[in-house]
Amino acid sequence: MTSVSKTPESTGQPVDAKHHELLMTRPRESHRMMWLTAAVVLGAVALVAYSLITNPRYEWDVVFSWFLSERLFSGLVNTLILTVISMVVGIVAGVLLALARLAPNYVVASVAAFMIWFFRGVPVFVQLLFWGFIAAIYPRIEMGIPFGPEFFSIDANTLITPFLAAILGLGLNEGAYMSEIVRAGLLSVHKGQTEAAKALGMKRGLILWRVVLPQAMKIIIPPTGNQTISMLKTTSLVSVLAFPELLYSAQMVYSSNFKTIPLLIAASLWYLAVTSILSLGQFYIERHFNRGSGNRAPQKLSARFNPLKRSQPIVQKVQP
Amino acid sequence: MNDVIAEAYEVQKHFGQLEVLKGINLTVNRGEVTCILGPSGSGKSTFLRCINQLETLTGGYIKVNGRPIGVKIKNGSLHKQNETEIATSREHIGMVFQSFNLFPHMTVLENICEAPLRVRKESRKAVTARANELLARVGLSEKANVYPVALSGGQQQRVAIARALAMEPQLMLFDEPTSALDPELVGEVLDVMRDLAKAGMTMIVVTHEIGFAREVGDNLVFMDGGYVVEQGHPREVLSNPQHERTQQFLSKVL
Repeated sequence: MTSVSKTPESTGQPVDAKHHELLMTRPRESHRMMWLTAAVVLGAVALVAYSLITNPRYEWDVVFSWFLSERLFSGLVNTLILTVISMVVGIVAGVLLALARLAPNYVVASVAAFMIWFFRGVPVFVQLLFWGFIAAIYPRIEMGIPFGPEFFSIDANTLITPFLAAILGLGLNEGAYMSEIVRAGLLSVHKGQTEAAKALGMKRGLILWRVVLPQAMKIIIPPTGNQTISMLKTTSLVSVLAFPELLYSAQMVYSSNFKTIPLLIAASLWYLAVTSILSLGQFYIERHFNRGSGNRAPQKLSARFNPLKRSQPIVQKVQP
Repeated sequence: MNDVIAEAYEVQKHFGQLEVLKGINLTVNRGEVTCILGPSGSGKSTFLRCINQLETLTGGYIKVNGRPIGVKIKNGSLHKQNETEIATSREHIGMVFQSFNLFPHMTVLENICEAPLRVRKESRKAVTARANELLARVGLSEKANVYPVALSGGQQQRVAIARALAMEPQLMLFDEPTSALDPELVGEVLDVMRDLAKAGMTMIVVTHEIGFAREVGDNLVFMDGGYVVEQGHPREVLSNPQHERTQQFLSKVL
């Protein structure tokens, strides 16, 4: 045995020519820790599953009998309607607020900033209550010329139904969040893009619609997907306005039959199902707006899922 | 008698306290290639951007085709042009940028067709035919349906030139068109510009390519510190600069 002086940075063992063949192979990979971890995690999952199946208080038969019931289904439809309309209101309001915030007119920009501050700052639950109780502030809603003739007047409680209160509360709150998302998207588009479009004789509206917004979409879409999924669940707050969306429909059932947990589970399963569908939709929309950019989303959805071992990292590091 | 296409009178531009252009006087004749040379910060890009109103003048005026740009005279007083008028005057002036600025979400063909389709509202058939001719002219026919990200810098710049030409401009502005390119790609872009000059296009080129200015230019303008220091025929200015500042600059870059 020869003694080799070890330099501090070298940890390898000395080798000579007879090791050549061995070194030309690849080292064996040990999966022992991975299997062990997987086993521990699977054990925990099994415990939870066991409890889910054996604990009689879940009353799975009741869950499934109500899951496809007409009452929950009509609640689900209302939830979807609320989600879609609130998101449309939110996106439109968000684009307008974002454009206003970026406007050269200081007054316009300030008022937009104030509205965003207000609608983001007050909890959406409180906002929903305000819209629900709007008649306490404005008993009658009138339209006319200020200090002049009045064209029509209507009782606030007649005009602002629970449905409209929900749309206003959810939509305006969403608009405040969406405006920040849209603004980030608009600002992410390089100034040279606008200049090139101007130099071609394009006007502001056309530049926004054809050049800036399509590129901003890449930034705007992923958080908007999140917001939509979040909105789907936030609509459950509308139950406080006694509007029969999914949660309130479940609540109405269990207030009469006292099957509280099974009905909450049935509602949750619906929320999960719709969330899953929305995530899938988001994947395809992202892929569409990624066209023409170097870092593409995976071309196949299946590329994202790979059991036990990932063949490729989900987030690929950009090589410098 | 020369046919004047663009004239600048005492053009000034300041950004806040910073005076970039201190009084530029320049005349560009139709069919000529004017090259603007000068150190960084001399205001040459800013002047070019003033011509198609990407910057607003703070003094003096520029006439293109005999009409002042960006302003109109109404009831004896001077008013700003509205957005439509400014956009319309830009249609006749093509511009090529240092950083190409192709629209990344559109294919090469879509990039070229966009403005003729949406601004001039021409028929898709006519526009596509013209776009394909232009692509052939810049040697990129086979790239019509790829996205800009798949092109080299030189190819992107050639597409950008084709995109500007699709609007059939009377005047082409080039803002350091080869400065962002790898050295080996500069030639292909200069070749396209040379062909364009031969075809009689009026061009104003801000550049550091002295060889190009000497060979293709009809007029060479040397700018420094916000002024036109010297101008004349490229071969004369380059071989026998009169002004001390021009001599200093050329001794460093030649």
